[in-house]
Amino acid sequence: MGKALRDYYGEALLKYGSDERVVVLDSDVSGSTKSKIFGDKYPERFFNVGIAEENMVAMSAGFAKEGKIPFTNTFAVFLTTNGLLAARTFASYSKLNMKMMGGYGGLSDSYDGPTHHALEDIAVMRSLPNVEVLVASDGVLVDWLVQYCINHYGPVYVRLSRGEAKPVYSEGEQFEIGKAKKVREGEDLTIISCGVMTGESLEAAKLLSEMGIEARVLDMFSIKPIDEQAIIEAANETGAILSVEEHNIIGGLGSAVAEVLVANKPVPQGFVGMKDQHAECGDYDDLFEKYKLNPNAIKEAAIELLKRK
Amino acid sequence: MSITKERITELEKICNDLRIDLIKMLHDKQTGHPGGSLSVCEILVTLMYEKAKLDPTNPAWEERDRIIMTKGHAAPMQYLILGKLGFFPEEEFASFRQINSILQGHPCMNSTPGIELTSGPLGIGLPAAVGVACSLKLDKNDSYVYAILGDGELNEGAVWEAMMSASKFKTDNLICILDNNGVQLDGTRDEIMPLDNLRERFESFGMKVFEADGHDIADLCDKIDEAKTVKDQPVMIMANTVKGKGVSFMEGKSAWHGNPIGDDFYEQALKELGGK
Repeated sequence: MGKALRDYYGEALLKYGSDERVVVLDSDVSGSTKSKIFGDKYPERFFNVGIAEENMVAMSAGFAKEGKIPFTNTFAVFLTTNGLLAARTFASYSKLNMKMMGGYGGLSDSYDGPTHHALEDIAVMRSLPNVEVLVASDGVLVDWLVQYCINHYGPVYVRLSRGEAKPVYSEGEQFEIGKAKKVREGEDLTIISCGVMTGESLEAAKLLSEMGIEARVLDMFSIKPIDEQAIIEAANETGAILSVEEHNIIGGLGSAVAEVLVANKPVPQGFVGMKDQHAECGDYDDLFEKYKLNPNAIKEAAIELLKRK
Repeated sequence: MSITKERITELEKICNDLRIDLIKMLHDKQTGHPGGSLSVCEILVTLMYEKAKLDPTNPAWEERDRIIMTKGHAAPMQYLILGKLGFFPEEEFASFRQINSILQGHPCMNSTPGIELTSGPLGIGLPAAVGVACSLKLDKNDSYVYAILGDGELNEGAVWEAMMSASKFKTDNLICILDNNGVQLDGTRDEIMPLDNLRERFESFGMKVFEADGHDIADLCDKIDEAKTVKDQPVMIMANTVKGKGVSFMEGKSAWHGNPIGDDFYEQALKELGGK
């Protein structure tokens, strides 16, 4: 068993949290989000506000206004619903330096069921002007994102995940906001994914390769700002785009990619994601299989897409 | 040190002049909220002219007291005061709520010098003020945070979440002042969402409570002085006010929460206030 993304996150907060500008807020789920690791080391800069997400995000605005770098932590679904008014008013409209960390992204809190899944958070946060939307695809990227949040001034929403992710990057990999990572070369189609779906997409690309189809894979970890150039290049060079996300296909990564394609280089696009539906509780892998998010389902979607190329 | 009688007379004159300017501005623009701006007048004047540390030439001065008006709809009164104190030129008043203005319909911290924090959506102002108070404590900055709340705003659950947090984190540098005018948009507070035993409700959430006559500058000064002696506990000053204070036909009337002021009402209001 590898390490869960939330563990990478908790350790990164601890590692880079020695910066005294960093304050960490949680709403009674610090054992789950792993912000507790920071809280144990720096109790004077850790604020557990109880089960009060609206209060937590608004409070972080007060810290940000005074020059602190506040990280707010809870499940992505609660952060981007209960926390939305404060995110809109203070992070988006007022451009305060708020770091909103959505733990348990997608279906990753699988057994708790649809009330605890986050399948609309990217759509919601992407629609807020000035807010960057970033998705962690593996532990290396989680570590980099925490550093980025501290070093960069501006409001950011980061989607994390509860469990493990298939490793995509090697230690020390560097990233640039607004630049996709080409994690696999290929000329027959391009899979554009984010989060834990990037690891799944790389598996799918292997299955396709066995059939003689070479898929390029772009990890679009920076959904906003998005890498228009990489998308247009992929459209030009591979002629078909498959977006793959652990999110409703309305408003998320697929929509963001489609916005770029339609305005620049329309080519056939396929959408892997939740088809405007809620899931159910169950084992994470079982959910991925049933809701057609696993490597095999991605492979099938790619084959369908290629018929339209 | 208590405030002198001469100074009180001076500040009362300022309040009356502000009321006249407010009526003129809202009549001129045919938009903006008169009721809550009139009720909060003495509270704002007491703070901004007398009790709070502010520097109009340096709005970002680190040692300033932070005035956070969570009832953002009363922006016009705060704008008038900021302009008169010299935070920006008074000519800006003419652009209130109009396109390209630094004076947005509700306060925007990035648009208007002297506005500490964006406000307008009710409920999230006090939590943000608690964040400011906690941050100042971390920095060992002994400035005060003054949060000015409306009583209608108390309907919002996040206000109470914020009081729980303020109490837990012992923010004795946070002084909340409630503009307790008893009237909200759709009707009186008793009609819309009764809050019986309000003092006890605040106390049970960990606040140290004082009551003041919200139109009596001397009383407000005294209560603010007392509030500063409280240790390890956030303060709530319940400042009892009259919505629409100073204009008889607006007093206590929810209709004047945000209604435009017609010509006939305008003349009458100015006459009552002794304006021209």
